[in-house]
Amino acid sequence: MNQKCLSRFGLLMGISLVTGGALAQQGDAERGQAAAATCIACHQADGSGMNVPNGESWPRLAGLNGDYIAKQLHDFKAGQRQNATMVTFANMLDDQQIADVAEYYSQMPLTPGNGGDEADEALLARGQQLAERGDWNAYIVSCQSCHGPGGMGVGSTFPGVASQHAGYISAQLTAWKNETRSNDPQDLMGAIAKRMSDNDIQAVSAWYATQPGSEAQETAQ
Amino acid sequence: MTTCRRPLAIALTGCSLAFGVGISVYATSVFAQQEERPDAALNMLVHEPPSMEDLENSDIHPELKSVIRYGHDLFTNTQQLRGENVFNDMNCSSCHLGEGRVPFSAPVWAAAITLPDFRGKNQHVNNLEERIAGCFAYSMNGVPPAYGSDEMLALSAYHQWLATGAPMYPDKPIYGRGFPAPDEPEQAPDYARGETAYQENCAICHQQDGSGHYENGEYVFPPPWGDGSNNWGAGIVRVDTMAGFIYQNMPLGQPRSLSAQDTWDIAYYITSQERPQDPRYNGDVAETAEQFGPTFHKRSLYGQTREHDDHVLGDHDNFGEKGDIKPWNVGMPRFENLPGE
Repeated sequence: MNQKCLSRFGLLMGISLVTGGALAQQGDAERGQAAAATCIACHQADGSGMNVPNGESWPRLAGLNGDYIAKQLHDFKAGQRQNATMVTFANMLDDQQIADVAEYYSQMPLTPGNGGDEADEALLARGQQLAERGDWNAYIVSCQSCHGPGGMGVGSTFPGVASQHAGYISAQLTAWKNETRSNDPQDLMGAIAKRMSDNDIQAVSAWYATQPGSEAQETAQ
Repeated sequence: MTTCRRPLAIALTGCSLAFGVGISVYATSVFAQQEERPDAALNMLVHEPPSMEDLENSDIHPELKSVIRYGHDLFTNTQQLRGENVFNDMNCSSCHLGEGRVPFSAPVWAAAITLPDFRGKNQHVNNLEERIAGCFAYSMNGVPPAYGSDEMLALSAYHQWLATGAPMYPDKPIYGRGFPAPDEPEQAPDYARGETAYQENCAICHQQDGSGHYENGEYVFPPPWGDGSNNWGAGIVRVDTMAGFIYQNMPLGQPRSLSAQDTWDIAYYITSQERPQDPRYNGDVAETAEQFGPTFHKRSLYGQTREHDDHVLGDHDNFGEKGDIKPWNVGMPRFENLPGE
């Protein structure tokens, strides 16, 4: 990529931080570690979460965009995203603590996604197709057209989905499909999820669970 | 609007009203069987182009397969030609969504079955390669690969292969061709309303300043204006073409979800922003606008004065990243020795 694009990227990151608005409250990772004591039971000390087959999977938070984490916590508190467990824990955090834990988890090195290893070749191939090219016959746009190349996330709005647990990804897509989750901007995710079959959801969840979530992680593997 | 040299009504007349019927919801397939369609009675050519999976499963020559695969790759990642043929942040698939296959997103196979034909924009008969070259000069703010080059052959092979099974020179209108604009809105398109609607509906991806978005140095969302966008000679600077693109395709994944008013307002706002100079520019924006008015700029805002800040659109020497490089195809004389009709 040429120099101009890189400098533009830098500028955009600046803009996206500013436009975070209320979410741009400065977080402190050290304070965040203390506030995260209640998070560890599910999300683990290293932020890796856990894939729970046939149960509720706990998402990896390590290395997720901080502003994205903060927005989700605010949304749980405000009832704009529903989860019986999370609303309890989110309500324990004030605005500063939300900023702090978000910063804390965003700085952690990414951990691998689980739950995709047992998927067969055909399911993974379908997952890769949806991730990289979509299925325009069904007007399913590719995941990476918003979640970025490799599904590694774009800014604070489109979270990294690669290296996330399959159980969590599929639960969220199903929630969007069933309209039990709708805290995305302009229904961008909901509109797509509604066109995905259950098999599509399983496929893309398995695919991204097996993919590196950052270039650093890609190099390390 | 009162300070504009040309009233917008002229731009609006370009919009097509013939396509009011499309499919409002994508249930199972974008390309439903013709007999299942409400528009079957309209007697249009409905063509479902093959997919890349079909390519892999087909028995065409493996060498041709790999050339078509290369054409698809160039089409969806045109940035690989950055600095040689492409001098902005666009891919072919930035405007032709769904790999150039999707109805109402200017599906590119239509060019393969309707060309060679006379083209109003450059006033002579164009073939498929020349048509693709036009996209490079204007929409990609670049310089086309040479006729017959590997890149040009691969791109045209991809176009033609997408047309597999469709009749050459069809005698029926093509379903989903181009970017049909929605009906004219109740109120004339307005810059301020357009700005508000843009910030509400578009900025989350394309950014408040229209610069699009790169992530980790890789392209994600294309810029609707500015140096990274198409230049003033690209088809999509025509207000009605922009309105059609937006209405039929945006926000991504939600075709035909915006109102006609919002669509036209946003299109007016975006096409009222600066972008690289038209490669046909002769050094004077008013003269250039007049020279190419009848064939093109009567539908754009090029050369017009923006009401809120008195800025004359296109009155600059900024050709974007390509600088002084001239696209060789622009203004190239053709068929000079043929007797006129």
